[in-house]
Amino acid sequence: MSMNNQGRVTRLSGEPMAELPGGVTFTGNRGLMLEEPLLFERGATTRCGVDLPPVPVVQDRLGGLARSAEIGLPGLSEPETVRHYTRLSRQNYGIDLGIFPLGSCTMKHNPRLNEKMARLPGFADIHPMQPQSTVQGALQLIDTLAHWLKTLTGMPEVAMSPKAGAHGELCGMLAIRAALEARGDARKVVLVPESAHGTNPATAAFCGYAVENIPANARGRVDVDALLARLGPDVAAVMITNPNTCGLFEPDLIQICDAVHAAGGFVYCDGANFNAIVGRVRPGDLGVDAMHINLHKTFSTPHGGGGPGSGPVVFSAALAPFAPLPFVRKAGDALELVEEYQARESQDHGQSFGRMVAFHGQMGMFVRALAYILSHGADGLRQVAEDAVLNANYILASLKDLYTAPFAASGPCMHEALFSDDFLHDTGLTTLDLAKAMIDEGFHPMTMYFPLVVHGAMLVEPTETESKASLDQLIGAMRSVATRMLADPDAFRSSPHLAPRRRLDETAAARKPVLGYKEPLGEAA
Amino acid sequence: MRYLPLTQPDREAMLATIGAADIDALFADVPDSARLTAPIAGLPMHAPEMLVERQLAAMAAKNLTAGTVPFFVGAGAYKHHVPATVDHIIQRGEFLTAYTPYQPEIAQGTLQVLFEFQTQVARLLGMEVANASMYDGSTAMTEAVFMARRVTRRAKAIVSGGVHPHYVSVLQTLTQFTDDVVVTATPELTPGAPGDDLASLIAAIDATTSCVIVQNPNLFGHVADLTPLADACHAAGALLIVVVTEVVSLGAIKSPGEMGADIVVGEGQSIGNGLNFGGPYLGLFACRDKHVRQMPGRLCGETVDADGKRGFVLTLSTREQHIRREKATSNICTNSGLCALAFSVHLTLLGEQGLRQLAALNHARAVQLAERLARIPGVELVTTQFFNEFTLKLPVAARSVVRKLADRQVLAGVSLGRLYPGVAALENGLLVAVTETATDADFDALEDALDEVLA
Amino acid sequence: MTRYYTDEHEWLDVDGDIATVGITDYAQGQLGDVVFVEVPPAGTALVKGTEAAVVESVKAASDVYAPVSGTVTEANPALEGEPALVNTAPEAEGWFFKLTLANPAELDGLMDAAAYQAFVATL
Repeated sequence: MSMNNQGRVTRLSGEPMAELPGGVTFTGNRGLMLEEPLLFERGATTRCGVDLPPVPVVQDRLGGLARSAEIGLPGLSEPETVRHYTRLSRQNYGIDLGIFPLGSCTMKHNPRLNEKMARLPGFADIHPMQPQSTVQGALQLIDTLAHWLKTLTGMPEVAMSPKAGAHGELCGMLAIRAALEARGDARKVVLVPESAHGTNPATAAFCGYAVENIPANARGRVDVDALLARLGPDVAAVMITNPNTCGLFEPDLIQICDAVHAAGGFVYCDGANFNAIVGRVRPGDLGVDAMHINLHKTFSTPHGGGGPGSGPVVFSAALAPFAPLPFVRKAGDALELVEEYQARESQDHGQSFGRMVAFHGQMGMFVRALAYILSHGADGLRQVAEDAVLNANYILASLKDLYTAPFAASGPCMHEALFSDDFLHDTGLTTLDLAKAMIDEGFHPMTMYFPLVVHGAMLVEPTETESKASLDQLIGAMRSVATRMLADPDAFRSSPHLAPRRRLDETAAARKPVLGYKEPLGEAA
Repeated sequence: MRYLPLTQPDREAMLATIGAADIDALFADVPDSARLTAPIAGLPMHAPEMLVERQLAAMAAKNLTAGTVPFFVGAGAYKHHVPATVDHIIQRGEFLTAYTPYQPEIAQGTLQVLFEFQTQVARLLGMEVANASMYDGSTAMTEAVFMARRVTRRAKAIVSGGVHPHYVSVLQTLTQFTDDVVVTATPELTPGAPGDDLASLIAAIDATTSCVIVQNPNLFGHVADLTPLADACHAAGALLIVVVTEVVSLGAIKSPGEMGADIVVGEGQSIGNGLNFGGPYLGLFACRDKHVRQMPGRLCGETVDADGKRGFVLTLSTREQHIRREKATSNICTNSGLCALAFSVHLTLLGEQGLRQLAALNHARAVQLAERLARIPGVELVTTQFFNEFTLKLPVAARSVVRKLADRQVLAGVSLGRLYPGVAALENGLLVAVTETATDADFDALEDALDEVLA
Repeated sequence: MTRYYTDEHEWLDVDGDIATVGITDYAQGQLGDVVFVEVPPAGTALVKGTEAAVVESVKAASDVYAPVSGTVTEANPALEGEPALVNTAPEAEGWFFKLTLANPAELDGLMDAAAYQAFVATL
């Protein structure tokens, strides 16, 4: 017989595993955790990862403005590029890796069918200024999505062009301002609950309004008495989030809307939390005048590490005439994209406040959102809200004996469960420490320190796309971390220990900002 | 319901843990009058992937796609070849399904990409600092005008007639209820320098001017030296804002920074991002270091972690809405992160050498086509110094010509009649954009079809 | 020279008709690491109770109100390069600005050191 004498040990020795000698590696890598230098330290301006056809020789027509100085853009070959970005990607957490329970962000599963549909050349490879006869299918897609958004919200009009939630808020507030100006009503104040997203007051200020805060009551809802008392002829609008940022439904919203309307104002609803009620409640039935819909939350388009999103805004009949350009309407057998100001003279949108973006909105997100709506259908979307709410209440019920749950006594929550760090008070540990400990457990932490109405807030939004096993693991980890923090606080003051980076010095970053790469002296790019 | 993992036994067990009788008990706060008791009427029930794909593909099939026809449409969005690597990278779940990097220890991938992106953008635009992206070029331009107001404490913005009319519309929309004063001009098809109004802009600057906004290359493709305008702005204490809607041009022509711009905004779609019928696109925003605290949008900065290792964080956040609320520099939150990644990957593949070659190729091909089309009887080449887009003056209204050419399966460009409805002096103008994707056969097809339609 | 305090946690050293203004040690402790201070340029006319300066930590921005009315004569140039002075020497090198008093009677309502300490003890 022939013997393979190159054999190697395949059994464990039985001895305890030794630590890595010196605790360091030559590369700085630790197994599959790979360090990656900056592009500017790797690449060279003479390296290129694309092959281009030769440039024909012509007499240039640049008017003497040719760029001569080096720009300083390093390149990489294709394999180096793939590796650079793949290595960087592995230093990120994403929904694809595990639960991403960021309250108010609705980090749900991003279906891959949506990605495939958005990449169909018929949607991805068409130009916004092609003749309309050549893009009828695209207009049909926008019109179809618009129809379902109106149907799901019970509102008669929708503006599709806003590019994100905050941009949608701006769209809604501009329509309100336009409607007030149209009747010669120069109101100057917008009321915003103190629990609101920061975008609400920022948007109101952007539209030239003074912002006044409305307090929350002890049950985590808007203090209705305080709000009603403040209403008057100077109040243009109330911006209200429902379900609110404490994860609670505003039970008095109908009464609030009636009172605001009676006082001559409008109600803007921040629809960031629509996921909790989609298919079960139509905001139009509550009496709101405008609401944005984050397609990148409720309708599953990916968040992409910060964007892009999409924020269509639905309008009540009172605001519909003021909706922005462009919009799609039926013209005989065809669809028409109305993008011209002559539209102001036509029947619909007669008083449009204008254009919000260069073209027609986030087509790529529209395709994904429609694919999602059609996939779930009427029964599925209703189940989305139910499972999202069920999952959040399951977390609330499973943690409220250990974590401080400031509003748990007032009944069930909606799609997100709110806790505070009061239970850690004697340890000197805070929400930040707990969040960082969750990183070591392999989770993305919950939203920290928001909403501002709760000290050391922790806002947990599991979404409907988590299984019970996934929730049980999160609950188990949160219970274990809290228990260990109470028993041995000092062990948690410098978490995380196991992430690609330890805590980062944000003070130094802000005091002496370094916002771009600079070559060390004596080196060119 | 393939996206929903809970089973019915799971739901029952969880309701028991919660102590709720049924799911309706969890919606107790919803007033009876607002409760829907049945699924939304009219919307079909849930559908298999195959069926959804069929429905959407049917809609997609009705559109004439750029890649299948001779294609010369530009005016703020450009068809460039995007390497396959770009789409592969942006579909990695760790990038695609991540949130804004508020937990830097587990978001170094996104953060390092943003740091590299900011550096690439700043260098491309010739500026000192760039942010982590805006929605698109048009909204970035409006934000720049507001920033100039904060920096100069003046409110009058003077806009060149060469700026994309949709961008001007967006600015007018967002300033109609503020104290900003926006002075606009209707462009003229001046032979040789269409839309070039630098002299009148310089004359209009006064002590109340916060900024002057110009586009380069301008809407008509004309490329100008902005240095005298920058000097005039600075002499009056105003800022020069330069808009770039075709960033590939910066591989061939002097950057706005080199010509003295104080704020540069751009549409970054041309690099790494497809046409997508207008969105999502990528707003670029860059300025001088001294104005960084008045900048809108997110910024990523370098720092170290507790072990002294280099790392990146979002920084200077006190400018932003989640901290400063009504006093924030902007209300922007979600931006165009994944489009920024696509831009960065494509620009990394190109590198300086590749970008310069790509730009040279675009320019040379545009020159070739411009000279061919100018020989068609009745057609006049209005733009004589340009990058990859130029304006033709036709003997008839261009809007109908574009439609007739589309009927012949040629997408010839954008008529000025569509961009400036009702402006008779512009209606014969046609914008033609030429990128590396147009072949000689495409040139032939356009020339023949235009010849035929005009005959 | 007399030192006064406000219930907004500012201090003033008054020397003739010139007052030097900063924030108190208690205030800097509440703010955490100060990363940026925006102070009014010389010549700014301030009205008591209106926003005069902004002090920023990493996650917060706080307005500093003018404790008295007057015209700014000098902003502390050291804060631009070294905002940490507000943490290390809040009531000395970390001063914000100096102003000429428009109405010395406004000083009457302010606290002395003992009163301020008693005030802080109640928080």
